[in-house]
Amino acid sequence: MTAEHVLFFVFGAVSLIGAISVISFRHPIYSALSLIVTFFAQAGLFVLLGAHFVAAVQVIVYAGAIMVLFLFVIMLLNLGTLSAKSALKGKLKGLAVVLGVLLAIQGVYIAMTAGTDTALESAQASTEVVTTYKIGELLFSKYLLPFEVTSLILLAALIGVIVLVKRENQAEN
Amino acid sequence: MSLGVEYYLVLSALLFTIGVLGVLIRRNAIIIFMCIELMLNAANLAFVAINRSLGSSDPDGQLFVFFVMAVAAAEVAIGLAIIVSVFKHKKTINVDEVNSLKG
Amino acid sequence: MDIELVKDIIIPIIKVLFIAHLLIIGVMAMIWSERRVSGWIQDRLGPNRVGPQGLLQPIADGIKFLFKEDIIPNHVDKPLYVLAPAMLLVPAMIAVAVVPFGDTITIAGHEIPLQIADINIGILYILAITSLGVYGVVIGAWASNNKYSLLGGLRSSAQMISYELTLGLAIIGVLMLTDLPEEILTKLGVDETNPLSLRHIALAQGAHPWNIFIHFPAFLAFTTAMFAETNRLPFDLAEAEQELVAGYHTEYSSMKFAIFFMAEYMNMIVGSAVVVTLFLGGWHFFGLETMGGPFWSGVISFAIFFVKTGIFLFVFIWVRWTLPRFRYDQLMNFGWKFLLPVALTSIVVTGTLWIATNGSRLWIGIGNLVAAFIVVAIVAGIMAIDNNSKPIVQRASAPPLRGLDAIE
Repeated sequence: MTAEHVLFFVFGAVSLIGAISVISFRHPIYSALSLIVTFFAQAGLFVLLGAHFVAAVQVIVYAGAIMVLFLFVIMLLNLGTLSAKSALKGKLKGLAVVLGVLLAIQGVYIAMTAGTDTALESAQASTEVVTTYKIGELLFSKYLLPFEVTSLILLAALIGVIVLVKRENQAEN
Repeated sequence: MSLGVEYYLVLSALLFTIGVLGVLIRRNAIIIFMCIELMLNAANLAFVAINRSLGSSDPDGQLFVFFVMAVAAAEVAIGLAIIVSVFKHKKTINVDEVNSLKG
Repeated sequence: MDIELVKDIIIPIIKVLFIAHLLIIGVMAMIWSERRVSGWIQDRLGPNRVGPQGLLQPIADGIKFLFKEDIIPNHVDKPLYVLAPAMLLVPAMIAVAVVPFGDTITIAGHEIPLQIADINIGILYILAITSLGVYGVVIGAWASNNKYSLLGGLRSSAQMISYELTLGLAIIGVLMLTDLPEEILTKLGVDETNPLSLRHIALAQGAHPWNIFIHFPAFLAFTTAMFAETNRLPFDLAEAEQELVAGYHTEYSSMKFAIFFMAEYMNMIVGSAVVVTLFLGGWHFFGLETMGGPFWSGVISFAIFFVKTGIFLFVFIWVRWTLPRFRYDQLMNFGWKFLLPVALTSIVVTGTLWIATNGSRLWIGIGNLVAAFIVVAIVAGIMAIDNNSKPIVQRASAPPLRGLDAIE
């Protein structure tokens, strides 16, 4: 057992427990907090994988911004009262769980056999830490077009949200 | 000796499944939305893990994570705005009760 | 004893303990100085009964808080109510881990950097951790199950998201110009400058002018956003006592309330330390830090950093007791229409002039100032025209919070 093993199992267990809590807590606020815990554990896993920049961005973007938005909306709409009846009941739920378990078995099987894949087998896993410099270099050369497209997507989202909210205001007036 | 890639992939698959299960079981639009985020994150984990185990000197996989996050941020902004609008019209965000296209 | 063991385990533990205690003592000093300075500003005495000059007042306060009854109201969401103060305090404490509080100090022939951890994403770590502080406020507000608290939490979350952007964007210019000369790089034993490392940023300000001279508009934007992030006046909308009783900590009493308070002061201390590192030259003071031998120069550099942070903390208090609170729409306008454009302009101008003038820091400094003036003038002009076209009645009252219609 190396330190990486121990840390992997700790972070992995935390993220799994967090994920299960997300779908089992009744109240959306608790679900949101569990999701934050999961994101945190995932940031830890990214650090283990040598992706420090991604880990930091994960915390800044997901835990710091996206989840605050979720909490904001949950608090704004005061959703607590809705949650009691917001789950499937009976046979449908059973079917969903069975399908989920099947999907999990399939996914795990594929993941287990991935190690014997030729491309992965021949490759030597790199252990070095990826620097932010390298990410930036790649982002502005090979991935310049996707990068610009991403900015367009964000702009479109911005305008879309403004349009959604604006129409609402005029209707009220 | 570093940990094999399959550990991370198994974890990623499990997280993804939990996300799918959440979308199937829960009827609260906000929680369904959170589960989608969970699935995106599971994919991110797989990206980074495979990128490292391929041993290439370029962190291509990490850039994909970067793009996924940007798209997820845009999606959350739009999605939550839609949820708020739906709530204002229908006074509910239970996805089973939001079943007509006409507001 | 094994020297490697001492170096790898015992020294870091000593550093952690030192900084953690320094933070706690700093909080006590802040409580005392805030009350004394506010007294001084308002031309009254302030607490001066307990100990000489009232210096033991924080201890008396602490004992009082500890012995008060710890009330958990019946209507609160208990697990989150108890968790919230910790969620505010922990980010404030762990953010300080990457801040370099001095140059290296040489003890018994071993060079020890005065910093707990120099990680390669230093400044991103700070941004990530400070962005978590909002959860303590929001969760505490929601768990209190009280309309005033909820309003405070809503305000706080919107405010933090808005000002975090400025916080992140204002430092990009600083990172762009962070480059270390050859001799420092060889002394550190690294190939190239890592602009994200706070130690490198501080070292670069020893070799070049301090960043405040080059990025003055960015410095102002960053500092203002820092005030907003710490929920201090004039940005304390989340606990505005005239409107919301006490905002998010209305329902808290005893030691839990004290922890909210400590976290606020700790955030201020960490924020000041970060501002000093990023913009005010870190531990450098025009060559004073190199005086003395390898041991004393370390001590002096720490003292310089300490004094600078202290002076900046005084500015925090000074601002609080001088400026009135923003109205909510003014807060949002200020953040989005002034601070954010200024921060964005500083990035564009710094990058453009870096290429155009072949890296002249003087021209970048002047260009930043001029560009910030132009941007602020344009925004103010547009807002003035916009305001004049509205009927007077609408202008006089704050717009209602749209989203809150949904609650009723």
